[in-house]
Amino acid sequence: MSKGKGTFNKQLLIPIAALVALALFNLIKDPSFFKIALGENSAGDPVLSGYLITILDYGSELAILAIGMTLVTAASGGQDISVGAAIAIAGSVILRVLCGTNSRPEELQAPVIVAFLVACLVAMLFGAFNGILVAYFKIQPMVATLILFTAGRSIAAWINNNELPIISEPSFGYYGGYIPGVPIPTPFFIAMICVVVIMLVLKFTTLGLYTQAVGINGSSSRLNGINPQFIKFLTFVILGLCVAVAGLIKVSRLSTINYSVIAKDIEMDAILAVALGGNSLSGGKFNMTASILGAYVIQFLTTTLYKMNVQSDALSAYKAVVVIILVVLSTPIVRKKLSQLGAMILPKKKEA
Amino acid sequence: MRKFGKRILATIIAATMMAGLVGCGGGAAGGDSDSGSSSSSGGTIKVGIINNDPNESGYRTANDKDLKEMFSAANGYEASFAYSLKNDEQITAAQKFIQDGVDYLLLSAADTAGWDSVLKDAQDAGIRVILFDRTIDADPSLYEASIVSDMAKEGETAANWLKDQNLSEYNIIHLQGVMGSAAQQGRTGALDDLAKANGWNIVTQQTAEWNAEKAQQIVQSVIDSGEKFNVIYAENDDMAKGAVEALDKANISHGVGKDVVVMGFDCNKWALEELLAQNWNYDGQCNPFQAKYIDEVIKTLESGGTPSEKTIIMDEKGFDASTITQDDVDKYGI
Repeated sequence: MSKGKGTFNKQLLIPIAALVALALFNLIKDPSFFKIALGENSAGDPVLSGYLITILDYGSELAILAIGMTLVTAASGGQDISVGAAIAIAGSVILRVLCGTNSRPEELQAPVIVAFLVACLVAMLFGAFNGILVAYFKIQPMVATLILFTAGRSIAAWINNNELPIISEPSFGYYGGYIPGVPIPTPFFIAMICVVVIMLVLKFTTLGLYTQAVGINGSSSRLNGINPQFIKFLTFVILGLCVAVAGLIKVSRLSTINYSVIAKDIEMDAILAVALGGNSLSGGKFNMTASILGAYVIQFLTTTLYKMNVQSDALSAYKAVVVIILVVLSTPIVRKKLSQLGAMILPKKKEA
Repeated sequence: MRKFGKRILATIIAATMMAGLVGCGGGAAGGDSDSGSSSSSGGTIKVGIINNDPNESGYRTANDKDLKEMFSAANGYEASFAYSLKNDEQITAAQKFIQDGVDYLLLSAADTAGWDSVLKDAQDAGIRVILFDRTIDADPSLYEASIVSDMAKEGETAANWLKDQNLSEYNIIHLQGVMGSAAQQGRTGALDDLAKANGWNIVTQQTAEWNAEKAQQIVQSVIDSGEKFNVIYAENDDMAKGAVEALDKANISHGVGKDVVVMGFDCNKWALEELLAQNWNYDGQCNPFQAKYIDEVIKTLESGGTPSEKTIIMDEKGFDASTITQDDVDKYGI
């Protein structure tokens, strides 16, 4: 048990170290990065603003996706690359339910909660589709999800007859903006709810244990009475749920949707978050906290780069460099070397 | 005139024949046998249309809809469509259309470069190429006509409008489209020139890749930094919308007579409504309705003539929030 705790801390070290490095960099470069101000938005409600708030705000979708992606990665040993397209579908469903057939409704045709639940159902169905391909047909996850990756955005467009609905009702904007009177961006709250829920699930159910068992060795877990296929399937369905939540935030941010660019390339960031969390991308043991931290690290990096006026089309190149460094640092070989180095330095310190 | 009537008759007959064949469940076979006799007068004209993804923007959706309405069986056309935002996929689609033996290849290229060899193939196969919406870097002999928006002129109109506002200072956030696209180059070029000539300060110049979310983040980043700005020059409506979301969050007023001047392009209907509500200041038109022009060119070529101009530039307007009317919104909104 104590050994387990040890790896837990070590794994958390990677995203925390990255976070500290980024924070230090910004502190040296321009301390005003950490300034947070309380202001008002145009509706007259109090809102907090500043780079840190921006990070918490825009990192939320990624953190939510990282939850599902971690489980999928752990159980299936592969990644779902269709989450961006699935967000387009979920978002499109939400708008379709809210707008009915009129793309410019004066008032909402259904409560937001209904639209959201329908989107959850649809996203979980698509998750189930991926899950069936992976778990029962034993298709490589990246290949299986490639189908939805390719077709998803067209499906999303088809759901709304290729129209671009716009919702003018201000209350729909709360989910991606601010609830009047609350100065903290709502997406952060939504992300925290998801985090708490998944932590409780992992603590009080066997989901985490079973997922890791399946990821480490499917056949031996089957011999121990776990159904590996069902666990794999389940992780994809959970990811579908995460996708629906992220989709709600995304469409709420702008009260509209653009099928071809909404949540573009977010799947790569979600996979990166899992990798940054020090989780093995080939499945097995995972650390949820580390993945979620990883997601915020990525947003931290993105915001830092925006602040430095890096051309946004070059952003991914910079991200790649940082990620290469982090991933190489987290490989077993380097880690072994580092811990040896650490072991050499630490005793000396003790002597001194 | 008589000839025109004949053509309509032939069209109707062809259309009913097609409908009949489809009705018999032999749609695919019908298409094949049709292509043999379609080469010249009377029969359906086979067109292969290569376009960008219709979901890319409202502009593209309107453009695609316009093309689909014009190149219908009822108008005497048999149209196949291929969509991609990537140049190489578009070239592959072009090669496929050449093999299928279309009569006309209509092309809205994702990128300006790399089209020479495939267009030569088309020429060798006797297929005539008409460019629409976007130009390419290829020898003009390779295509019959190009029907385009003059992006540089759109940019100039917008930048001159901005100059005419006589603001006491110009601190501009410039949100660019996908780098390298003709729209981005034209619209950026004009602003760059005037900014240099008049000493305008460009606070930030970034590509948001036509994407509202990215635009929102870029503007958010400028707001967080505390830098002053009073103009948002977004190269399409989506990005202007993203920028305005960020402004609203930070309680920065925008629109006519307010702190920040908001400029967009493309004349989406919802964007023109924002102008009408005085929330935005300017919207430049980018005319998506090219099908009518293409149809004219094809008609001319079919009757043995040549189009009077190789490059046909469409009429385009720029709308000012202080003068726009509901009629404009209804008429020009896409």
